[in-house]
Amino acid sequence: MSVNTDVKTYTGFRAMTLVCMFILYAPLIVVTAYSFNASESITTWGGWSLRWYVDVFSGPESAKFQQAAVNSFSIAIIAATTATAIATAAATAIVRGGKYRLRTPSLGLITLPIMVPEIVLAVATLIFFNSIGFTRGYMTILVAHIAFCIPFAYLPIQARMQGIEDTFEHAAMDLYATKAQAFRRILFPLMMPGIISGFLLAFIVSLDDFIITNFVKGAGVETLPTAIFGSVKQGLKPNIMAISTMLLSLSVVMVTISYFVSKWDNTK
Amino acid sequence: MAGGAASGGSAASDTYKEARHWLLMPSWLVLGFFVFAPVCVMVIYSFLTKEFRGGVIWEPTLAAYDQFFFDRGLFGDSDPTLQWTYIEIFWRSIWQAGLATIMSLLIGFPTAYFIATRPDGTRALWVFLITIPYWVNLLIRTVSMKFLLRDEGPMNDALLNIGLIGEPLQIINTNLAVQLGLFYSYLPFMVLPIYASIERYNFTMSEAAADLYATKFTTLRRIVLPAVKPGVIAGCILVFVPSLGAFLAPDLLGGAKNFMIGSLIEEQFKGNAGNWPFGAAASMILLSMVLVLLLIFAQQQRRAGAAT
Repeated sequence: MSVNTDVKTYTGFRAMTLVCMFILYAPLIVVTAYSFNASESITTWGGWSLRWYVDVFSGPESAKFQQAAVNSFSIAIIAATTATAIATAAATAIVRGGKYRLRTPSLGLITLPIMVPEIVLAVATLIFFNSIGFTRGYMTILVAHIAFCIPFAYLPIQARMQGIEDTFEHAAMDLYATKAQAFRRILFPLMMPGIISGFLLAFIVSLDDFIITNFVKGAGVETLPTAIFGSVKQGLKPNIMAISTMLLSLSVVMVTISYFVSKWDNTK
Repeated sequence: MAGGAASGGSAASDTYKEARHWLLMPSWLVLGFFVFAPVCVMVIYSFLTKEFRGGVIWEPTLAAYDQFFFDRGLFGDSDPTLQWTYIEIFWRSIWQAGLATIMSLLIGFPTAYFIATRPDGTRALWVFLITIPYWVNLLIRTVSMKFLLRDEGPMNDALLNIGLIGEPLQIINTNLAVQLGLFYSYLPFMVLPIYASIERYNFTMSEAAADLYATKFTTLRRIVLPAVKPGVIAGCILVFVPSLGAFLAPDLLGGAKNFMIGSLIEEQFKGNAGNWPFGAAASMILLSMVLVLLLIFAQQQRRAGAAT
């Protein structure tokens, strides 16, 4: 029996979907287009040019943005790697640890950073660092990023692990593999797509964070978002469009990789 | 997001039962020390006395909460009257977040429905297209919105060129700009959960309704909507909650007149004029509102789960 498509379709819903797509993409496309503007002003169009990309790398603000980029990327790589390792261990305990009393509270703790509003987490982290006498700077940003990246790394890993039946590792252990070997040689490779997605999402979340970083960064240490924010507060400039377009493209590339990795089924 | 994570899966496999506490140790340490403990310290701070330049004195007081709700005059000795300044900021935030949620629902529901009724091959692609903007830096998206909505921005140019308006619309620095910014920031959060529940909806129910002479609108209202209600509620919460505490959209698009909770809190921790206990108290009030919403949501989802 085929479902009558007339009953399913509503006139206007297609148009609304196109409106939705237009709203989601128009601002991004406009900024991308204007980042190639040859004109000095952001209002008038002066033809295509790469001058603002050159400006980002060699213009008067280039040193500031380069330092910010080094901070942003080093924090994102360390935070995402650490968070992914912690999340992988936690997912193994939650999905393969049987039933136990601490299981639900542990899950609650792991998802806490995405339940608490970001500004509240920022305030709490700032107050905490201040009360235990940590000087604000690179290290405080890094530690805060590791903590709030954990749930983003955890969720794809947990989802992946739930889809892997435990017959795989049981088969390995029947053949005299130790539990550690079964994990390293069987479970871990099967979890890989989840681990990669988790890492990429944690990386993007860390790279994108503005609010928490802004609270815990201290004077003088900037990441790309805080540097961009500071610059935008002085007024919109074409070089900001160029940086934004580069970051935007990076996000799109990483999400695309994450999407294809999560489709990859290596249990067959 | 919340519902899926809380269950942790039903598979009760226990291959790594012996190691489970060791495996959980790193996450307990990091999250306990850098998320749970800070929230507890923040609660304590909200009950402390403020020091002159941004610090606190360890003397318990309700002054921060008192300042939030009551006005005791310039010298603090008049009879307390209700202080509307901060309540108004909270009320405005609820209102702005609410309008942004309604806008997202009006656009998001038809979109989710349309995507869920696509053939198998193209559906995943549509979902992917909805997800991409969410992963683009929120700051960059808000800056893009500011660029687009400016008085001399591309949107006004386009509208002037096609003759729809005679002079540029002044949108930036208005409440509308903030609503549009919030709507744009969190729209994907509305589409995805609604999509997930429509995808599970059995369309033969719509057919049955049509066979019994229900109009299409009646079918949508009486059959489809009740069936996908959990997804709609999840979408509304996922848009409303982050909008409520948003900082970037009100700050960059709204200007000084359209203050929201996020800006009020941020102001308490910037420079020397800040009042940390007051900022902690405002954060506590925001956190309590969000927790109440999440509890209602969790209960709703549990009831929906029990019904099926």
